Order: sequence, then C-alpha cells, then structure tokens
Amino acid sequence: MAQVSLRKVIKAYEGGVQAVKGIDLEIADHEFVVLVGPSGCGKSTTLRMIAGLEEISGGDIAIGGTIVNDIPPRDRDIAMVFQNYALYPHMSVYDNMAFGLTLRKFPKAEIDKRVKEAARILDITPLLERKPKALSGGQRQRVAMGRAIVRDPKVFLFDEPLSNLDAKLRVQMRTEIKKVHQTVKTTTIYVTHDQVEAMTLADRVVVMNHGVIEQVGPPQELYHHPATKFVAGFIGSPAMNFIPARIEEASGALNVVMNNGTTLAVPEDRVARYRPHAGKQVLFGIRPEHLTDDKTMDKSNLAPLSLTPEVIEPMGMETLAHFRHEGTEITARLDPSTPAEVGKPLALIAHMNQMHIIDPTTDKVI
Amino acid sequence: MADGGAATLPRIEAPGGASLKRFARRRSTIAFLMTLPLIAVIGGLVVWPAGYAIHLATLNRRMTSFIGLGNFEILLESETFRMVIFQSVFFAITAVILKAAIGFWLAHMLHHIPANGQRKWRGMLLVPWVIPPALSTLGWWWMFEPTYSSINWILNIFAIPSVPWLGEPWWARISVIIVNVWYGAPFFMIMYLAALKSVPEQLYEAAAIDGATSWQRLRYVTLPMMRNIISITVLFSLIVTFANYDIVRVLTNGGPRDLTHVFASYAFQVGILAGNIPRGAAVSLFMFPILAIIAFFVLRGVNRRNKEEA
Amino acid sequence: MSATTIPVKQGIYHKAGSLRRERRWALWTAYLSLIVSAIIMLAPPVYMLLTSLKTSAEVADQSGSPWWVSSPTLENYWALLGNRMFIDFFLNSAKVTIAVVALTMVISVLAAFALGRMRFWGSQALATGVFLTYLVPDTLLFIPLYQIVGGLGLLDNAWGLVLVYPTLTVPFCTWIMIGYFASIPKELDEAALIDGANWMQMLWKIFIPVALPGIIAATIFAFTVSWAAFVYPTAFITSPAEMPMTIGVVSQLIRGDTFAWGQLMAGALLAALPPVVIYAFLMDYYIAGLTAGATKG
Repeated sequence: MAQVSLRKVIKAYEGGVQAVKGIDLEIADHEFVVLVGPSGCGKSTTLRMIAGLEEISGGDIAIGGTIVNDIPPRDRDIAMVFQNYALYPHMSVYDNMAFGLTLRKFPKAEIDKRVKEAARILDITPLLERKPKALSGGQRQRVAMGRAIVRDPKVFLFDEPLSNLDAKLRVQMRTEIKKVHQTVKTTTIYVTHDQVEAMTLADRVVVMNHGVIEQVGPPQELYHHPATKFVAGFIGSPAMNFIPARIEEASGALNVVMNNGTTLAVPEDRVARYRPHAGKQVLFGIRPEHLTDDKTMDKSNLAPLSLTPEVIEPMGMETLAHFRHEGTEITARLDPSTPAEVGKPLALIAHMNQMHIIDPTTDKVI
Repeated sequence: MADGGAATLPRIEAPGGASLKRFARRRSTIAFLMTLPLIAVIGGLVVWPAGYAIHLATLNRRMTSFIGLGNFEILLESETFRMVIFQSVFFAITAVILKAAIGFWLAHMLHHIPANGQRKWRGMLLVPWVIPPALSTLGWWWMFEPTYSSINWILNIFAIPSVPWLGEPWWARISVIIVNVWYGAPFFMIMYLAALKSVPEQLYEAAAIDGATSWQRLRYVTLPMMRNIISITVLFSLIVTFANYDIVRVLTNGGPRDLTHVFASYAFQVGILAGNIPRGAAVSLFMFPILAIIAFFVLRGVNRRNKEEA
Repeated sequence: MSATTIPVKQGIYHKAGSLRRERRWALWTAYLSLIVSAIIMLAPPVYMLLTSLKTSAEVADQSGSPWWVSSPTLENYWALLGNRMFIDFFLNSAKVTIAVVALTMVISVLAAFALGRMRFWGSQALATGVFLTYLVPDTLLFIPLYQIVGGLGLLDNAWGLVLVYPTLTVPFCTWIMIGYFASIPKELDEAALIDGANWMQMLWKIFIPVALPGIIAATIFAFTVSWAAFVYPTAFITSPAEMPMTIGVVSQLIRGDTFAWGQLMAGALLAALPPVVIYAFLMDYYIAGLTAGATKG
C-alpha cells in the first residue's frame, strides 16, 4: 500500500518566490505518474519535496497514508534515481546497490539475494564487480535503477534519469524503465522535461507550468483533450499550430475564419459548444498531423485550405512543411510522396474533428 | 479546506523526534562541533597570538610596563631598521618579479613540448621546491663559500673574476635573491602550467584562424585567461617572500654588518637572540599592514575566480 | 587559364611559408630553455651530493675541479648514521611530523566537510577566515607563540612544536579539502541521505573515499610543511636532544671554523630525503595539492 498524496503543497523561497504554488495530486498504488513541464516549472522541486530533500513550506505530503512532512529522507522508504546517476564512484556496482541495505543492517544473505535479483532484472549481472567509471551511460543508469530496486521501497522517484543519455540510448532505456515497472510494480513518480518520455511511460501525466498543475490525465487524454493552451502546445511534436481566427455564424452553421479570409467549417457536433463564442476572436489550434495533404482515408469534416511553404523538411516517413501565415508559424505534416516545393502554393486539408478552439483571454481550451 | 482527508491521516514523527526542522538544526549543531577543533586552532594559535603580539609590542624590554608606541618609535629612528625595511621590500619585489617571469617562461616552454615529455621535465624542474629550503640553502651557502666557491670556479673558467658572494652587502643581497628565485620559480612554473593547460585549445585555434600571431595569441588569449591566477600567485608569493626567514638565516644571518636583514630575521635577532621580546614583536608587526593589504587583494582575486568558475 | 601561368609539374598548389620550420624553432627554444634551467635547478643538490661523497681532505684540496669526486666514499653518511645525535634529530622530526599530520588531517577533514557540505550560520565567514589565516606567515606569530609556548612550559620540547605546527598546516589543508569536497556532486550526498546514511557515515563512507586524492594531496602538504618547518624550531628549541632535522643539521653540524663540509652536505641530503622520496613516488598528488590552493579555492 503506497499511494502518494500531495495536498496544497507549497514551496516558497526566501523573498517570497514560490516555486510550487499549492498543488494537489493523488497517486494510486502501483501507478506510474510522470511530472512534465518546461525547466523551472516546479516539477523537480515537487519531486525533491516528496523525497524529503527539500523542506515543505506549506501543505501536506503523505506516502502510504502517513504524512511525511517532517520525516527525513532515510525514513520515508523511498528510492531515487538521479539525472547524473549519483553512483558512488569508489564502490563496485554490487556495493553501490548494497549500500542502502548495509546501512539498514540487512543480513548479508538477504542483501546478496536482493542485489542478485535486481541485477538479473536489469541484466547487469556481469557488471557487478565493476566500478561505475568502467560503465557506459546506459549501464550506469541501470545500476542507479538497481540501487532503487533492491531497497524495495514504497515509492520510486526518478529525476530526469535519461537526460544525460544520447537519443538512441534514451529510447532504449525508456522501454527498459517501463519493463521494470511492469515487473516490480512499485509506485513511481518520474520527472522529465521531455513530453515524449512522459507520453510513452506514464499511466497518468501531470503537466506543470509556473508552479501549478495545468492538467492531469492519461497520455491519450492530454493529447486529444488538452485543457489549456499550454498543455495543447506542450504535448505533441511538432507542437500544435495556433492560428488567430474568428468564429463566425453563417446560416446556422459555424465557421472558423482566419485573418486572410480562409474559412473552415466547424463540424456539426461542435457547433453547440462553440456557439457562445461566435463573433469573437479565438485561437484556432490544429496539430501538424491534422493539417495535411489530401490523402487520408477519413473523409469526414475536412476543410481545404491553401498555403505556400517557406521550408520543406523531408524526414523519411513524413515531410514537414513550414508556412508563415500573417506572422504565425504553421507546420503541416505531409505524405513523403507529395511533391511539395518552396514558394509553390500547396493544397492542404484541416481535420476539423481534431481541432481545438482556445479562448485567448483565459488560454483555456473551449 | 477541512475536507477531512488530511486530518484523518496519522502523522508520524521520526524516531527520536527528528523532524525535518530539527534535523536541520541538528545538522548545524553537528557541523559546528566538527569545526570546533579548527576554530580552536585559528583562535588559539593565530588570532590570539596576533592580538598578544600587539600587546607585547607596547611593553618595555623587561615586559614590566606599558610604553605605548615606544618600540615602534625607537625602531623607526634606527638606521639598521630602516635598512631592514628597505632590504625586505627590495628583496620581496625583486625576487617575486624574477620568480614570476622565470616561472612563466618555463611554464610556457614546458607547455610547448610534446605532452609525453612534460612530466619528466616538470619532475626535474620542481626539485628545488621539494627540498626544505633551510637545507638547500646550506648547499648554496657552500657554493658561495669564499675560498671554495664552486660557482666562482665556473666563472673563472670563463675568465670572470671571483665574486665576493656573501662578503659584500650588495652581492649578499643578490645572493639571497638568487637562492629565493631558485627555490620559488618552480612553484610559479607549476601554477602557470596548470593555468595554461586550462585554456581551451579551441581559443587558440580560433585566434590563429582570426589571424593572430603567436605573440598576439599570448597577449590577447593566454594572458587575459591567466590574469587572475597570475595575480593570485604573485600576491601570495609576495607575502611568503616578504616574510621569508630560512634563506636569510642560513645564507647571511643578516650579515655582513646587519645589512641583509629582513623583517623576519631581524625580529628573530632582536626578539629571541637579544631577548628583547617586545621590540622583536614590534618588528614582526611592521609586516602586518603590508601583508593585510596584499591579503585583501588575494582574497578578492580568489573570490572573483570562484565566481567565474561557478 | 592558370595552366599558362603555373608550370604543370607544380600543379595548382604552391607552398607558402613553412609551418614546420616555425614549429621546429619553437621546439628548439623550448628544449634549450628547459635544459639550461634544469641544469641550474639541479646544480645545488647535485653539488651537495658530490661534496657529501668527498673526504674532508678532498674537499679542502683546491687543485682539481670542485664538481668532480676523485675517490667517492660513503664515510660521511656512515659517520652520521652512527651519530646518536643525528638519529635523534631524525626521530624528533618523525615524531613531530607524524603527530602533526594526524592532527591536521582530522581537524581539516572534519572542518572542511562541515564548512563545505553542511552549511551553518557563519560557515561562509569561517571559510574565508580559514583562507586568511593561511596567509598569516609564521614569522609574524613566532614571538607571541614563543611567549605562549613558554608559558605552557613547552619551550625546548618537541611536543611544543606539535602544538604550534598546525598553524602552518591546518588552514591550507582545510582550504583545499573544502575545494575537493565541493567538487563532489550534490546528488551523491542526497543519494546517501536517501540510502539512510547519517552525517558521519556520509563523511566516512562516501566523502573520504571519493576525495581520497585530495586527502593524499593534503597529507603530503602537511607532511612536507612539518618536515621543513624552520622558524618555530629555531625559535623554540635550543637543546640538540629535542631538535628536528632541519634545525639540527643547520645548527649542530656546523662547528666552529673547521666546517666538515662533506658531513654537513650528507646531513642536509639525508634530512631532505623523506620529502624528496614522497615527491618522487607521489608527484602527481604533490602537484595536485600545490595547484589546488589556487585553482580549487
């Protein structure tokens, strides 16, 4: 039983600057929760408060049903994996993993059993006698995880664990972390600035910005139903396009009208939702993957428009086309076989089923 | 607010009542205890003696009565002491300039030879710094010995007349400086070599492509990058050289005719050998203002350096 | 077009300047400077060695080159090693140095860990104070310390030196240990904290092993400084039985006008041997300690 609860948790520094501004979060047992956000959003501070490395300025943090505000890290029964691994450089891999258990005076046989088991799970048995110096980045990362696993703690805390790895290894270790979680099932809180990591790993993603939680939800929900402009722009890569537009009513139907007059029809099922905003200035949000050339199967609610590309980026499996439209950058994802050329107008369609309308006064998605 | 959830959760305190705040307070207490021996050393063996020296310096010879600045006045009026001031300043400045220049030159040369040979040369060139100076000065003393001087023997080969190294005041001063430079230049070399190695190679490559000659690279890349370490080393060496005792004591012991005394050796002569403790303390204290000024600049340099690295 | 102006054989490239020659010149200058300075730097110890291998008669004989030993002998060394007084010098030096090094390392490592890692009220000011005391030379303090040590009845006693030598060693060792500890990533103590270590365990099991190169460098520094200390023993010690090496050789082996030069040089070399041996075997640590004061601090 190790759910984690944050209630109105505040971190304030001297001078009144608040890094975390009263956040509430309930994390269920066995859940894998990822805190994601740009640097300085308070995600690491939140994690360090859960670890007990930072004092809590206000609110309560409970682990497994007990409030741990005043408990030093060693008595919280947590384990943490750091960005730079923080392996003890003078100890062998085995000793690194055994250190926490030795300090807790576990019997030698038990320590040995746990270390060997963790090494087996992480596939690092042949490395046990080596020093961290002699390991590659990915291997060090495994050892750091092993150090957490052997402790069999209530909660795993990961602080940007993959940031120091190269892109290829990062993908590989991401899978590894997911596999480990499926094996040991310990409640996990994972901090990253990389939304792809967040999406791929999490049961639920917590998007943070400026010390507050913007939205909490499963990855798919954040992708399809972002609650705020920040989440809409943060989740997904390349980022969602935000195009200034107006909602205009014409004979019962609604249209999104861009500043240059391009008119896109709003799907019928959304008309009721957007009607109150008719006649108002809004942001029309559409992801690059939903602004594409006319080769898709799903033919419902497509709206044609034409734009002239400034830059074409062939990626292999797809081609990205960048446009400049009245001062906003727009990106579209094209089929690689589309003959797109810089300076030549391109016929595109917008998947209006996937669009979002953002009220620019509140930055909330309507 | 009172939604109940938080209130019903049991609040446990860590065993021994070590809450996080108390944990932090305990940390401060432990930290303070760990620094106590250090504070005892600094307080008992540096700060207190320094204050005590001031007290001592205001006493009469038998330390029975207070005579204010009497010792300082007598010293300033004495021809010998004025010579000591001159000699100390002259010695420190000349020696430090020479050490810095030679050290820089050697470091530069060492930096230019292939890396695998550097270790060997560095090892040889640092030998003077490793031998306790009182002992190596004995060797120099023997090399300067009027009758048997092995240096004069070499000079004579080149038809240069023998030099009265320690017999004549100016030559004696030069001898003291030679030995000090010999002893201290390797230290500068090591410091500068470390600093040279920390200048990124790409800066030189960029400068070379920008059209800088080797002299311009030295002037516009190396020196600015090393400015801080150069000033710290020079100032630090000024203190040490200014307060030097070993070399003067062994080589000339202040002679001939008390003309080569520096503050330290004169303080020793007056305070310990002649038994006038208060006046000896006064002599040492004359160093204090000069050292304090230099120390101020060293500290500033070091702080600046820390900020750069942070 | 260019084919008409440039002979075909030379192709389109022609050689301008000579990087190679420039580099070779620089290298020659470097080696020449290094050779000359190495000769100068090594001449005194070499001459000391040569003299120590001569008999008194050969030293006094001015007919040959002083830089040559015609009949080398170890008799000066044997004479010293059979000299009870000289052996006492060595034992005094060893006793004082070992005690001072142990004392210094305990004081500085504890203090550096507290100052660098635990942070408490006034820790910053104290760290600055440590550095300032490092800048206070022994020649400023020896007279008041003479009075203080005298007041404790420890004048002319090797243990009096153990009391005052820490002023030479502790500030610098603390200072460089602060630097070494500061270079250990903060996550390492956080990991240890989460692993359940208390402060002493963290210092003993993590910081000391990880900062071992720094500890070795500081130990070497403390050793060489205590071994070479000259001002304090000269001031405080008057009887040969309590003298350490440096002052013993300088004051006791010089007798009247009939200098036993060979034996004096042999004594000086023997006295200089321990720091030189340490330097020879641990040069990298020695140099690390030397440069750490300015680069780490």
